[in-house]
Amino acid sequence: MSTGIVTQAAPAATRIETPRRRRRRRAMNVPAGIGAVIWLLIVVLPVYFIVITSLRLSESYLSDGALTLPSAVTLDAYRRVFELDFGKFMINSLIVTVSVIVLVISLALPAAYAIVRNTSPLVRTAFTVLLLGLAIPAQAVIIPIYLVITRLKLYDTLPAVILPTAAFALPLAIVVLTSTLRDIPSELYEAMTVDGARTGKIFRMLVIPLSGGGVTTIAIFSGLSAWNGVLFPLILTQSEQRRVIPLGLYNFQGQYGTDIPGLMAAVVLSALPVLVMYVFGRRYLLRGLTAGAGK
Amino acid sequence: MTTISAGRERSARIASVRRDRPGALWAAPATVFFLALGVLPIFGVVYLSFTTWNGLGSPQWTGLANWRTLRSDADVLQGIKITALLTVVSWLLQTPLSMLIGVWAAGPQRNRAVLSTLFFLPLLLSLAAIALMWLALFEPNFGVAGQLGKYVGVPDGNFLGHETRALYSAAFVIAWQWIPFHTLIYQAGARQIPDALYEAANIDGAGRVRQFFSITLPQLRNTVIASSVLMIVGSLTFFESVFLLTGGGPGNATAVLPLKMYQDAFVSFNMGYASAIAVILVVVGTILSILIVRATGYHKMSSEREGL
Repeated sequence: MSTGIVTQAAPAATRIETPRRRRRRRAMNVPAGIGAVIWLLIVVLPVYFIVITSLRLSESYLSDGALTLPSAVTLDAYRRVFELDFGKFMINSLIVTVSVIVLVISLALPAAYAIVRNTSPLVRTAFTVLLLGLAIPAQAVIIPIYLVITRLKLYDTLPAVILPTAAFALPLAIVVLTSTLRDIPSELYEAMTVDGARTGKIFRMLVIPLSGGGVTTIAIFSGLSAWNGVLFPLILTQSEQRRVIPLGLYNFQGQYGTDIPGLMAAVVLSALPVLVMYVFGRRYLLRGLTAGAGK
Repeated sequence: MTTISAGRERSARIASVRRDRPGALWAAPATVFFLALGVLPIFGVVYLSFTTWNGLGSPQWTGLANWRTLRSDADVLQGIKITALLTVVSWLLQTPLSMLIGVWAAGPQRNRAVLSTLFFLPLLLSLAAIALMWLALFEPNFGVAGQLGKYVGVPDGNFLGHETRALYSAAFVIAWQWIPFHTLIYQAGARQIPDALYEAANIDGAGRVRQFFSITLPQLRNTVIASSVLMIVGSLTFFESVFLLTGGGPGNATAVLPLKMYQDAFVSFNMGYASAIAVILVVVGTILSILIVRATGYHKMSSEREGL
């Protein structure tokens, strides 16, 4: 429910917005600008700290001082991190992330198609149930989920992480996709039906090709929630074999808490794929983030 | 108008149109999947709150026993207190800053794009990465806290290990992570304010501060409500940040209610009792969001731009 407010606000913004005109008429707001710059420093300094520290020798972290440029740049910390099986954690996280994205899209797209084109009470009830899901916090239902996962003999497997992560990304995915599919003019559906196409063909030839933007958005936020998720892996997995990156980071902290350059190298590695995506598709990524960050 | 009625006629003519609409089966997999892992667990957690279960075996029905214990559990009371405090501190920290920066970012700055690229970085990092980073920064001996602590009145640089400072430090880290998100909400809200209002105010000679309090703030009412609901309901579930940063410590100074639930369920395997705490979280979260929406009249969805 709560996230719905945000997603609904977006189209309204584009309707009313007249940015070019306003830009000329509103003057610079100096105090707010100063506040923004100060907060920007608070954001950037820690990020600078992570990067600079990950390039230090572990011995010189203590002698250099935390924010100075390193006396010698080295990738030694990254080598140590990979020796501790971080590569394995990255592969696990990649499997989880790709599976969640595929599962969410393949469940949400047909459902959104039915919700937009079928107005029967049954489908409408299903939509209401999924909308209510936006308000359910995962923490509150983690105990029954643990019960279900152990009963299914899935405890400490990657599907134990994949299934609940996908389930909790589903409501928002359907909200985003239904609003995308509503933009397809009904004449297009009807034209295809006149040509004798059945639902399966309409789905393949019309719905899938025209839902690209919405699919990209839900791929990003469900992928991010899978890549960055802590709760489900923490509770539903145990062994090092099944460890994903966020848990790997947490365990490093416990075991090698004094090797700050090593820890920061692990943090950089954990964020690297997302940062690369950010550089190449900032617009898509921000749309996915605002859709998903409300959870 | 003509295209719509033409379309209607055509669909009436061709009977197969109705038949070739997707059946309910298309929505079934998603609905069943979500029912199983999202909705049924809600009923599951209510059921489990009336049982004793150690995580293995089968839950044993014990009626109201958990709920009776809950009433006099000092840790639960502490959890509620800490959760409420963290919620209030987070709101006070995040709302003014997000509004200020969001309104600014909706304005005319030329280099805004470059700045916002950096500004949204915290949204990309995982909670675990953010926690690790701040643990290193807050490290009193070698971290930045040791060097800069003396400038903010904490000469020993002890933030996370201090009885009261730990909570504020956690609130700060949470704000660090979430302010970019709420800024985006305020930016979208501020962009919708009609220029005409500011033009009229300029003609009337109203200053910048006056304009903010007489135009911007009232016009952002719905945005403030939306952002606050997300913040407050979200803060009920501040589990991961606190778990990773302080583990509830020092002592139980930052032991929020979800953390208490986690410890009962997955450290001492008191699943039934932990479920009762989970029920409280669901109920309080739902009541709070309904109350905020009702109290502010948000559900009436009245426009702030009536008469324009």
